[in-house]
Amino acid sequence: MKDGLPGVEELKEDINLSSNLLKERVPEKGWTELPVTLDKGKWSYPAKQEVVEALNFPNPRKWNVEDEDWQLPENWEQIIFQGMHERLQRFRSFKLFMDVCVRCGACADKCHFFLGTGDPKNMPVLRAELLRSVYRGEFTLAGKLFKGLVGARKLTQEVLKEWFLYFHQCTECRRCSVYCPFGIDTAEITMLGRELLHLVGVGINWILKPASDCNRTGNHLGIEPHTMVQVIESLAEDIEDVTGITVEPTFNRKGAEILFITPSGDMFADPGVYTMMGYLLLFHHIGLDYTFSTYASEGGNFGLFTSHDMAKKLNGKMYHEAERLGVKWILGGECGHMWRVVHQYMETMNGPADFLEEPISPITGTPFRNAVSTKMVHIAEFTADLIHKQKLKLDPRRNDHIVSTFHDSCNIARGMGMLEEPRYVLRNVCNHFHEMPENTIREHTYCCGAGSGLNTDEFMETRMRGGFPRANAVQEVHERHDVNGLVAICAIDRATLPPLMNYWVPGVSVYGLHELVGNALVMEGEVERTEDLREDEMVDFEGDDD
Amino acid sequence: MKTIVPLLAVMGLALIAYIGTSFLGLHMLFGIVMPYLAFGVFVGGFIFRILDWMKSPVPFRIPTTTGQSKSLEWIKQDQLESPSGFWSAFARVMLEVLFFRSLFRNTKAELGKGPTLVYSSSKWLWFGGLVFHWTMLVIFLRHYRFFLAPIPHVLQILERVDSFLQVTLPALYLTDLFFVLSLAFLLSRRWFDAQTKYISLASDFFPLFLLLAIALSGISMRHFTKIDVAYAKLLMQGLISFQPVVPGPISGIFYVHLFLVCVLAAYFPFSKLMHMGGIFLSPTRNLATNSREIRHVNPWNAPEKIRTYTEYEDEFREKMAKADLPLERKT
Repeated sequence: MKDGLPGVEELKEDINLSSNLLKERVPEKGWTELPVTLDKGKWSYPAKQEVVEALNFPNPRKWNVEDEDWQLPENWEQIIFQGMHERLQRFRSFKLFMDVCVRCGACADKCHFFLGTGDPKNMPVLRAELLRSVYRGEFTLAGKLFKGLVGARKLTQEVLKEWFLYFHQCTECRRCSVYCPFGIDTAEITMLGRELLHLVGVGINWILKPASDCNRTGNHLGIEPHTMVQVIESLAEDIEDVTGITVEPTFNRKGAEILFITPSGDMFADPGVYTMMGYLLLFHHIGLDYTFSTYASEGGNFGLFTSHDMAKKLNGKMYHEAERLGVKWILGGECGHMWRVVHQYMETMNGPADFLEEPISPITGTPFRNAVSTKMVHIAEFTADLIHKQKLKLDPRRNDHIVSTFHDSCNIARGMGMLEEPRYVLRNVCNHFHEMPENTIREHTYCCGAGSGLNTDEFMETRMRGGFPRANAVQEVHERHDVNGLVAICAIDRATLPPLMNYWVPGVSVYGLHELVGNALVMEGEVERTEDLREDEMVDFEGDDD
Repeated sequence: MKTIVPLLAVMGLALIAYIGTSFLGLHMLFGIVMPYLAFGVFVGGFIFRILDWMKSPVPFRIPTTTGQSKSLEWIKQDQLESPSGFWSAFARVMLEVLFFRSLFRNTKAELGKGPTLVYSSSKWLWFGGLVFHWTMLVIFLRHYRFFLAPIPHVLQILERVDSFLQVTLPALYLTDLFFVLSLAFLLSRRWFDAQTKYISLASDFFPLFLLLAIALSGISMRHFTKIDVAYAKLLMQGLISFQPVVPGPISGIFYVHLFLVCVLAAYFPFSKLMHMGGIFLSPTRNLATNSREIRHVNPWNAPEKIRTYTEYEDEFREKMAKADLPLERKT
C-alpha cells in the first residue's frame, strides 16, 4: 500500500504479539529509561521552513526528525520553561491536570494508540507524565527536593523528542477523559504540549501547511476563490447528471439569510464531495436562502491542532464574513474538530456575535435555543428538525443498497454531546442501520486513528494501528449484519476511514450523513433514480407509490 | 526502588516517633508541637493550593460531554452527563465526588486472537476506591470522640452501626476492616496489575504505606496493645481547646499513630492527595455544556488579528472578478 506500511497479516501478527502491556508483560525498563525510537511510520514530516515563516512562527529552518541535532534555539530550555510558566498562569486546566493525577490507571487501556501499538508511552497517563515530569522538576518544591521519587526529571533534547513523538501520537479525541475520575483531558495536555513545541520551531508540515493556507486563501486546501466556484459548480453538474435537478448555489452573496460553512475537504476529496452534493440537494429541496463564502470557506480549523491563538485567528473569519454579508445566522456542515471549535471556543474567542440573529429555521420556524448566543447551527440539528416536522420528502429505500453503521466523531460526541440527532436523520434516510458494540460508540467512540492533523501518508502504520479499535468494531457489524457502509459526520473521518477500512475491513465504504440524505430526497422534477450520488446502482425497489 | 524507599520512609518515620517518645521523652515535640505544625501546614497548604489553582482562569468552556446535550425539544437531554445549567453541572461534580461516576464506567480492554478487542466491565477499581474513601471518612468522623466531650449523639449512632457485628471486645469496627482491605487491594493493584505497576511512582506507594501504618497502629491500640484512652483523650482535647497539656504516660504506639497522621497532613498539600480539592475544579466536569447558549468570557482573550476580507479581496480581486464573484471594490 503505502511506503513502509506492513501488510495487514504482518500487523495482525505484531499486534497479537507485541502489545506487551495488554498481555500483562511489562517492559523491563521503567518508562523514563526506555530509549526514544524514531522509526519511520511513527511520525510525520516536520513543517517546511517557508510554512513556518509564513505563519510568523519562531525558529524556521530545515530539519529532519531522524537527525541527532534538531537545531533548537540556543536557549530552548528557557523558552520552553517560560512557555510552560505562561500557560500555567493562563489555563487552570493545565495547572490542575499537572497536579491531580493519582495514576489510578483507569485511562491506560482507553487510548486507541495504546491499544494498537502497545507502546506504554501511549497510555494517556504516561503521555501526560512526559510533560508532568518536567513540570515537577521545574515548578514544584517536591520535584526539586525528591526528584525521581516523585516522578520529576530534567528537560533534555531526548525528552523534547519524546514530546514531539507522543504529542503527535495523540489525536485529542478525549476518550480517556471520559473515564478519568478527575476528568483529566489529554487533549488539553497535547494541545498545550504542541504549543510548547511550536515555541522552539518543532511542528509537522501536515498541520502547519493547512493552517497557513487557510489563513491566506480561506481554506486548508489552499483553494483560491475562482477554483472553489468551479469545483462546486462542477458538483452541481454531477447532480444534474444523476437527478436531473439543477441546483444553483451562490457565493459571497450579500443579503442571504444563512451563511453555510463546511470543511473544504467536502469540496475536493472523495468521498466528501458526495456529502457536498447532499447539502446542495437538501438546500434546493427546501428552497433555503443561503450562500457559500470563498473567504470563510473552511469549516475545519487546523489552528486548533497548532495553538489556541492560531485556532482563534482562523476561526475569526466566520463571524467577520457573516457580519460583512449581513446574514442572519450561520449553518455549519459535517465536521468533527470544526464543531469542537464552534461549540466550545468560537464565541469566547471571537464573539459576541451580536450582529447576528438568534437562529430560527426558516422552513419549520423552530428556534435553535441551544445556539442562541453563538448563532451557529449544526446541519444534523437542522436536518433532524426538518425531518421531525415532516418537511422533507424522503424515500429511504433509495439507500437500501447500504447497510449502515454510525461512527460518532470524537469531537461531536465528547465535545458537544451530539449523539441522537445524526442517528435520527440516519434512521429516517436509511432502512438498514446497526450499531457497533456499545463500548465503541457514543461517548465511548473510538477515533479514526488520524484526527487532529495526523492524517499523513508517512504516518500510515501508526494510523492503521491507532484505527485498529475502530476497525475492529466495524468488522464485528460487518460480519454479523453485513454492514457495508460506515457513516460519519466528520470530514477528517471521510478522509481517514477509507484507507482504514481498505486495510482492516475491505468491503466497507465510508459515507457522509448528508450523502445518504441526498440519496433519499425525492426531488420535484427529478428523473427516475437508479443510481446514488456516487453513481452506484441502487437496489431495485417498487416505483413511487404516489 | 519505587516500593522500598517509601516503605522504609514510613517505617523510619514510625521509628522516629517511637524512639522520640519512648526513649528520649520528647512528648512535648510529638504530642503538641508536631500536631500544631502539621495542622498549620495542612490548612495553610491546602488553602494555598486551591487559591493557586483558582488564580489561573478557565479561558474556555471545555466540558467532556458523556451524554446527549440539550438540543431540539423532542430530543431527550442527559442532564447529568451533559449538563446545561449550573445545578446539573453541580450534580455532575457531586456524582463524581461522592460516587466516582467516571470510574464506574471503567472497562478492561483485552486482545483476543484475531486480533480482536474484547471489553469487559471492570468495576473493582471503582468499588475498592469507593470503599477506601468512604471508610476513611467514617473513621475520620469517628475520631471526634477523642476531641469532644460529651460525645455527640450522631457520633454514637455512627459508632454503633459501624460496630454492630460485636465480634470482638472492644467491638470490631467494620470500617477498620474494610479500610485495611481496600488499602491492601489498592496496593496489590500497584504490585500485580501490569499496567498500574508500570505507571506507579514511589509517591504513589508512599501515601498507601503511610495510611496502612496509621490504620494498623490505630487498630493495634484498640485491640491488642491497649493504650490508656483517658490520657490520649486529655491530650487531644487539650490540643483542640488550645490549652495543650502532656498528660500521664501513653504508649509509644500512640505517638507513632499521631505522628504518622501529622506526616500525612503535612504531606497532603504537596502531593497528589490534593485531588481531594482538585476534583471540584476540573473544567471538563464542573462546567455546563451550554457554550452556544451563553457566552463564556476569557479574561485574557488573545489579541490575535485575523486576515480580513479586505486583505483577501486585495490579493484575489482579479481572479474573483473573472469568476463573477461580487466585490467590495472593483480595483
